[in-house]
Amino acid sequence: MAKAIKQGKVETVKSHLSSPWASFVAILVAVLWTIPTFGLFVTSLRPQTGINSSGWWTVLTKPEFTIENYSRVLFEGRGATPPLSQYFVNTFAIVIPSTIIPITIAIFAAYAIAWFDFKGRNFIFFGIFALQVIPLQMSLIPLLQLFSGGLHIGSVTVIPSFGITGTFIPIWLAHTMFGLPLAIFLLHNFIAQLPRELMEAARVDGADYFKLFRQIVLPLSIPAVASFAIFQFLWVWNDLLVALTFGGGKREIAPLMVRLAEMTGTRGGDWELLTAGAFVSILVPVAVFFALQRYFVRGLLAGSVKG
Amino acid sequence: MLELAARQSQLEQAASKLTGLVITVIVFAMVVSLAFYLAERTSERVQRYVKYFLFLAPALIFLFIGLIAPAIRTLYLSFRDARGDNFVGLENYIWAFTQPEILQILRSTGIWMVVAPIASTALGLTIAVLTDRMKRPGLVKSLIFMPMAISFVGAGIIWKFVYQFQPNERVAEIGLLSQIAEWLGFVPTNWILTAPLNTFLLIVVFVWIQTGFAMVILSAAIKAIPEEILEASMLDGASGWKRFGKVTVPMIRGTIIVVLSTITIGALKVFDIIRTMTGGNFKTSVIANEMYNQSFRALNYGTGSALAIILFLGVIPLVAYNVIHLRRERSER
Repeated sequence: MAKAIKQGKVETVKSHLSSPWASFVAILVAVLWTIPTFGLFVTSLRPQTGINSSGWWTVLTKPEFTIENYSRVLFEGRGATPPLSQYFVNTFAIVIPSTIIPITIAIFAAYAIAWFDFKGRNFIFFGIFALQVIPLQMSLIPLLQLFSGGLHIGSVTVIPSFGITGTFIPIWLAHTMFGLPLAIFLLHNFIAQLPRELMEAARVDGADYFKLFRQIVLPLSIPAVASFAIFQFLWVWNDLLVALTFGGGKREIAPLMVRLAEMTGTRGGDWELLTAGAFVSILVPVAVFFALQRYFVRGLLAGSVKG
Repeated sequence: MLELAARQSQLEQAASKLTGLVITVIVFAMVVSLAFYLAERTSERVQRYVKYFLFLAPALIFLFIGLIAPAIRTLYLSFRDARGDNFVGLENYIWAFTQPEILQILRSTGIWMVVAPIASTALGLTIAVLTDRMKRPGLVKSLIFMPMAISFVGAGIIWKFVYQFQPNERVAEIGLLSQIAEWLGFVPTNWILTAPLNTFLLIVVFVWIQTGFAMVILSAAIKAIPEEILEASMLDGASGWKRFGKVTVPMIRGTIIVVLSTITIGALKVFDIIRTMTGGNFKTSVIANEMYNQSFRALNYGTGSALAIILFLGVIPLVAYNVIHLRRERSER
């Protein structure tokens, strides 16, 4: 009953506030925001000669479309350069472990920090949050040296180099390390709020910390895990700097973004290939985004406006 | 025939990469399960210690190797020469603050840090207020938010095409900006080459992406304003504008500052947009891009590290603010 009254109130305030002018301006902005992407999409579907001799907006009067750009950019390599489909596979090979590994490690740590009683819990929590202060750039050179040469003190080898340069492993590890602070922070916020009674009841029933994690914490944390997974997925998929640095310039492991950035530099004029390539790279994250927008927004809100 | 063979080998390569991917995931899952299985079977006394090793240690080790130790080493390298062999004192920092090209870069970074966050937040706030007054804001918000899912590289290509300029007068313009300039009676120029305009054109790309972020966060904050307060102000006869300035903005001030500082950090680190659109040429370079050039093109770890440290010093006050803000909220709870 009380709730119904409350809702009625909201409605009256809302209807007072809603205005056709606001709607009109907002729609106008949304259209404006979409035009650049729409232009890219239309261009990617036009034949090469059309793209270079007239603006994409002219298709409104003279429609002429082809999917040849897509088949060319996806499946036709040039010399030593493989076609974009290979880079697409590389992106997948990078994204999936780079999402699974940090989430696993982060959910363990978040659980420990939230529910283990030990000295320095708060210190560790704020310390990890504060680690976001370290820009990626500060880690690049030392990490690269570590991955390629190992760690030596004097002539003693502390960590050998393992010979992982030129494989996906340095990229996975780098993404894991860089993703952890935010992952632990977001998951901790969620796990710390699980009802204390529930946890204590399970303890009384004889569940140890491992069982507690498997039977209660993990199943209940799925929404938070989903939120962060989307974040990390989009971040890794869209990343250029980490892949560029730790990929060591090898074409065999370079992801889409590295190839696209290279194409804009060397083939800046081939708009038919660039637009199709860019659209291919945008398609997956945008689909994920629209499908799971709710979780994404939830994660965003937890990450920047607390409480 | 040759083409067929090429496709065959492409397929084989893709298949072997995907197999490797599946094996990696399976091995990782097996290692984690095995560790769990073994830890659970130890005695209660042992578990007291094992639980820290299993749950907490991996994260701390990764954070130490990946962030803490490298940060310290970068600080150390910033006082050494190109290969890190000799101590050079403050030379790299003096270089950064005296070289005209680097000073130009620091100035551009400053412009980014001021213009990008203010523009994104102001636009985001405006749209949040507008959509708050719509009956069905879903689609509008999604469209404005969508660029968040697009990479900086993808956005760079999208906007490079918008800014495209046709030097040959007899050929029609294919870039939207040039065409609009023509329709309005101006003569288009090669936008991306014209400093300092080009820096602002690159900032537009960043704002295009970040406005959605600001909108979502601010929109949630506006929704959280207690309705009693809105009603009271309406009964007092406050007009839309007055309500916005006297009620809405003060109520969400904390959130506005968090949004501003978050976007400022992003603007300070911007790299991909510059790399994709100009490669840092034509006076558009910023610290993060120059840091990459110094370290991995010029292979000078000394100057590269010094630039990374300068970047770090710029970020500190912003994150410090966020940490203090968080602590205060925690203690209020």
